Amino acid sequence: MESNADWGSRGGLPQAFLTPGISSFSEFLKDFAPDYLPGGRTLPAGAASAKDIAPHGTTIVSITFPGGVLLAGDRRATMGSMIAQRDIEKVFPADEFSAVGIAGTAGLAVETVRLFQLELEHYEKIEGVTLSTDGKANRLATMIRGNLGMAMQGLAVVPLFAGYDEETGQGRIFSYDVTGGLYEEHDHYSVGSGSVFARGSLKKLFRPDFTAEDAAIAAVQALYDAADDDSATGGPDLFRKIYPVVAVVTADGYRRLPDEELSTLVAGVMDARREVPDGPRSPLR
Amino acid sequence: MTTPFYVSPEQIMKDRAEYARKGISRGRSVAVIFYDKGILFVGENPSRALHKISEIYDRIAFAAAGRYNEYEQLRIAGVRHADMRGYVYDRRDVTGRALANTYAQALGTMFSEGAGKPYEVELAVAEVGEKAADDQGYRVTFDGQVTDIRGFQVLGGAADAVTQVLESSFEENAALETVLNAAVDALGRDGTEPRTLTPNQLEVAVLDRTRSRVRKFRRITGPALAGLLGVDADGDGNGKGKGGKDGEDGDGAAKQDAPAEAELGDGDVLGAVDDLLDEGDSSES
Repeated sequence: MESNADWGSRGGLPQAFLTPGISSFSEFLKDFAPDYLPGGRTLPAGAASAKDIAPHGTTIVSITFPGGVLLAGDRRATMGSMIAQRDIEKVFPADEFSAVGIAGTAGLAVETVRLFQLELEHYEKIEGVTLSTDGKANRLATMIRGNLGMAMQGLAVVPLFAGYDEETGQGRIFSYDVTGGLYEEHDHYSVGSGSVFARGSLKKLFRPDFTAEDAAIAAVQALYDAADDDSATGGPDLFRKIYPVVAVVTADGYRRLPDEELSTLVAGVMDARREVPDGPRSPLR
Repeated sequence: MTTPFYVSPEQIMKDRAEYARKGISRGRSVAVIFYDKGILFVGENPSRALHKISEIYDRIAFAAAGRYNEYEQLRIAGVRHADMRGYVYDRRDVTGRALANTYAQALGTMFSEGAGKPYEVELAVAEVGEKAADDQGYRVTFDGQVTDIRGFQVLGGAADAVTQVLESSFEENAALETVLNAAVDALGRDGTEPRTLTPNQLEVAVLDRTRSRVRKFRRITGPALAGLLGVDADGDGNGKGKGGKDGEDGDGAAKQDAPAEAELGDGDVLGAVDDLLDEGDSSES
């Protein structure tokens, strides 16, 4: 295979660019420049786990509501017991009608998201049509599968994919495991270190007739509960005005809630918590 | 040992150029025109699925005339090239100039060194800027020559005849409606008899700098196109399937009625595709 390091400088088009039949950018990369794939690098053998030296992103929650889906994430990245970053973003648009949130090794996660976004755009440009929601979810599964070697050495990436299905008009949630296993979730789901607590919270808060705003409040509550009990999940930082990233995907496309909207939402949740620190109580019977 | 006939290099190049020109002149023309808010691409193309005009990147689009399979291959290579650069560097580092240069290198090599036949294509790469003065366009010919596009450029078949008509009507910084109507009028005057092109026979797209999305490319189809041309939406009686809400990006719907006249009998499938794109006007020579 030709050396690919000079692809940009040699002028003309390397043969790989002219090869027909591949609509997937990551498949193209695998042939042409595998070093650029997030999972394409080999770690030195016998090295200690890289877990404690690479920043980790933590909790992502997702909630469906009639006509759409919401995806939210806290803003903390940790490195061992240290807070590596307090305003990291872990929720991204994947394309116009889907969003992806990532827990796990931050560097690899951001790289995976970048590649996934490009993957969807690339397919759309080459084929002239967008992938189906299931097609997008499957592509992401393949990309996570490619990262298994890294995951075994402590550099796992666990995404949560939320999309608005244009065929059915509903929001859908897909979760993954480190081996690339793909599972469709219903109503709500959460991944990351604080997910256990967030899921418990969502279980009590979720109603099938949520509006987008209700879902946003439930997400903020769930992230608060996660931050309450998990040291790696960050709560809202009112002094620095750092709020969770909350995005909704509906027939109108992807929309990230602006900070002005979120500050009111978060302030409401915090005010109520001043009275009842454990948050809203669900009925016993 | 037999001595091969001596053929002078001049003669070889001349023959190859003649061959390429002949192939290109069989196709219908495509026009690239700068207007006040961006860059317009108009081509005569009865097919909805086989495009002569495509998005390459955020601000860059591609138009081609000639042999479909060859420019489609170059289009895909261009998308890969742009996506690769954007992935390795940044989205802002993908430029039309770099892409035009790459095409020029590739076509130049294929023309002068290729063992096979030269490519029968003529390309345009255009990039929309923040303001009209920043708009750029390049025309790349089959032998790798690059020229700057000033104002407008016509590719393919009857380029000279169409250019003449456009020259008389072109004005800088005109509105979209004005340039589109002028272009459609000019494209219809490519032969002895002036023709009136209907929306169904046209492929129209713009790079619109006022678009809020990062990706500035937009196809204009259906009612939106008819509106701009000032004709009835289905004036020519061809039912328009679904004809999208506002006519944007309505390319998903495959059109069933057009291919009827293409002859697929001789096994030259790609030739048949070209004939279809040329609307079967070229009798085999």
